[in-house]
This record gives sequence, structure tokens and C-alpha cells, in this order.
Amino acid sequence: MSETEKPGSGPASPETPETGGMARRDFLNEITFGALGVAGLGSAVVTYQYMSPNVLFEPPTRFRAGNPDLYPVNSVTFLQDQQVYIVRTPAGFYAVSAVCTHLGCITQWKPEDHLIECPCHGSKFKNDGAKVAGPAPRPLPHFSIALTADGELVVDKLETIRAEQVLKV
Amino acid sequence: MASAATFLEQLRQNRVWKSIFRRGPALTNRTRSLAVFGNLFLHFLPVKVREKSLRARATYYLGSFSFLLFLVLVISGVLLMFYYHPAVPQAYRDMKDLRFVVSSGVFLRNLHRLAAHLMVIAVFAHMFHVFYRGGYKPPHEFNWAVGVVLLLVTLFLSYTGYLLPWDQLAFWAITVGTNIVSSMPVIGNRIRFLLLGGNLVGENALLRFYVLHCVVLPLVAVMLVGIHFWRVQKDGGLTVKEDRERKE
Repeated sequence: MSETEKPGSGPASPETPETGGMARRDFLNEITFGALGVAGLGSAVVTYQYMSPNVLFEPPTRFRAGNPDLYPVNSVTFLQDQQVYIVRTPAGFYAVSAVCTHLGCITQWKPEDHLIECPCHGSKFKNDGAKVAGPAPRPLPHFSIALTADGELVVDKLETIRAEQVLKV
Repeated sequence: MASAATFLEQLRQNRVWKSIFRRGPALTNRTRSLAVFGNLFLHFLPVKVREKSLRARATYYLGSFSFLLFLVLVISGVLLMFYYHPAVPQAYRDMKDLRFVVSSGVFLRNLHRLAAHLMVIAVFAHMFHVFYRGGYKPPHEFNWAVGVVLLLVTLFLSYTGYLLPWDQLAFWAITVGTNIVSSMPVIGNRIRFLLLGGNLVGENALLRFYVLHCVVLPLVAVMLVGIHFWRVQKDGGLTVKEDRERKE
């Protein structure tokens, strides 16, 4: 390379645009960082997709709770695996979530107090999920409950229903 | 256009930017040097390089290429760790899930595998090139030794990673490999026992190889790579060929 030529001195210098256009350096910079930006954005999207699992190994949310005759009238039965109470009143059946609406601890049915109680922060609920005491902001939700064609109870934890709805058998 | 330049200029005036990078635009030799000294990632690099050592045939960028592959392997490996359990038989299922179920899982797995193969080739090529250039001669002896250890670390990383898919190939490769270890006189069987955490290639071996592959060996590699880069400049830069063209 010649030592006499300095950047910006010659008419054909790459640093100065001849007709008000873009300097070569700016053009290359923008092309490079533009391409890097597009590639970075694409990688972020693909990484997000990778990090969201397509298949989950979690217990199914819809489950069979057995024959209605298993549950005596005026009883609250805790299903450990599904974390649901099956409640039978003279009016019929309903399924109440056993997960406290405060911070997600698993509540316990206390037959002596006739209350559902949370061991973590002392929330108390009636057997229809209505809040009696404690920091829980909402009553325990009711899940949809129905009978299958062969006469078994089936509960769907993805579908919540109004507390007044009761399954008559 | 000029907008990008003014944006950059405004960014440099930003208080957050100034608190991170401290210095303004690198316009003088002094501020350019300070920009390199004051940055944890750049301070491995020399402030000034000889033009000769920037030529492609000075290094063929084999060391940089090995390091680039190492970065690719770290990033893809960390992502693979999000889906992989080092347990029997879950490890094999996770590998299959990565191939067939997880979005881009097959891409990341193959990227990790192929980059690993390529890194072994690149590191060997780098070693041969440095050897034939005389890069092991004083004052570079120590860095040559660090490089040899890095080659071994690369091979151990490849070998420990080989067990993790927990398929037949992995199982028998580790069986054969650890039997080679046990042929060492006196201590061989003891080392094999410690390496496998037992007498068989089983759950303990899988967990041990996983920890070696994902924690121990990468930490050793990062540390040695740091020393390796830093010593290149402390030893006076790359070993470059004398210019013969001038004499002709």
C-alpha cells in the first residue's frame, strides 16, 4: 500500500460518498449489524420454541373417580393423586379443588371441624369451597363432574363450574 | 445512513452506557488501548498486533476456530441440559425426545455432536500447525504445554459426552475405553473403579461422566483457554514466519 494516500484525500476514497449517497463503511456496517440482528432475532424465536416442551409427562387433568356408590352421602373424600375432594351431599355430587387459592399448598379435610384447612397459612374453607378464614383470596374452585356411559364419575380439572352446579345421581 | 451513526453517538452519551464502558469513542491510540484494558473479555487480546500475524496463513485461524466451536458447544450443550436427565433409562428416552419431539431438538443435538467432532479436528490441526511453525520453542514452551493439556481436555470432553446418549454405541465405547484405562499397571483397576463409580458401566458411571462432561471439564477448559490466550501476548505474540519476500 502507498503511504502518501490518506483516507478522504483522493476522489475515489471509500470514506467519502461522491454524490450524497452512503459511505461504503456505513453501508457495510448496516448490512452486517442488520444481518446479525435478523439472525439474533431468529435464534431467540427458535430458542423460545425449543424451551417450550411439546410433550408433557404430567398426570392427565381428566380422570375417573370410580362408582358413585363408593362415596356415602354427607362425605368428603380426598383423592391424593388428583388433589381433588369428591363431596357428596343429599343434593348430589361436586368436585372441589384441594389446592389452596392463596399460594398453592394442598389443603386437608378436618372432619372434626367440618372444614377444609390449609396447613401453610391457615386458610379455612367450607366443604363447598367457600372461604371461612385466612389469607386465601378466592373460594376453592369446583371442577366439572359428570357420569360416564358405564356409570362412573369423571372429573375434568381444566373445566371449572359454578359452585351451585351439583351432579344428581 | 447517518442515522445509525448518530444513534451510536447518542448511545455513547447515555449514562448507563458510560457507567458500563466508562470511555468515550476510541479515537486516539490511548483511548483505544484503554478500551481493551478496561474490558474483561477484550483484555485477553493484545492492544497492538503485527500485520503479519493477522494474515490468514499466519494461523489459518485454527485456534480461533477451535474457540468458536467451543462457544457453540457450550451454548448448545447448556440448551440440551434443559431436557436431559442423567439417569437410567431416562437418559436414552430424553435423547430420543430431543430427536423426535422437542422443537429444534434434533438441530441442537446434531449441532452439538458435529461441532464436537469438528473441534477435535480443529484442535489437532491447530496443534500440527503450531508444531510445524516452531510454536513450541522458547519463549512459548509453557503455552505449548497448556495447549497439549487443552488437547487432552478436548478429547476427554468428547469421550465423556459419548456415554450420555446411553445407547449401545455409548455403552460399549465406555466399556472398551475404561478397560483400556484398567490396563495401566498397578493403579489401572483403581482408576477404572473411580471413573465408573463401580465395576460396571451403570447408573453411577452415567452420573459421573455427566458431571465431568458438564461441569468439571468445561471449567478446566475455560480456565486453561484463558491462560492460553493471555500467554500468547505475554510471550510476545504469535510465532510468525520471517518475511522472505523482502530479501528477494
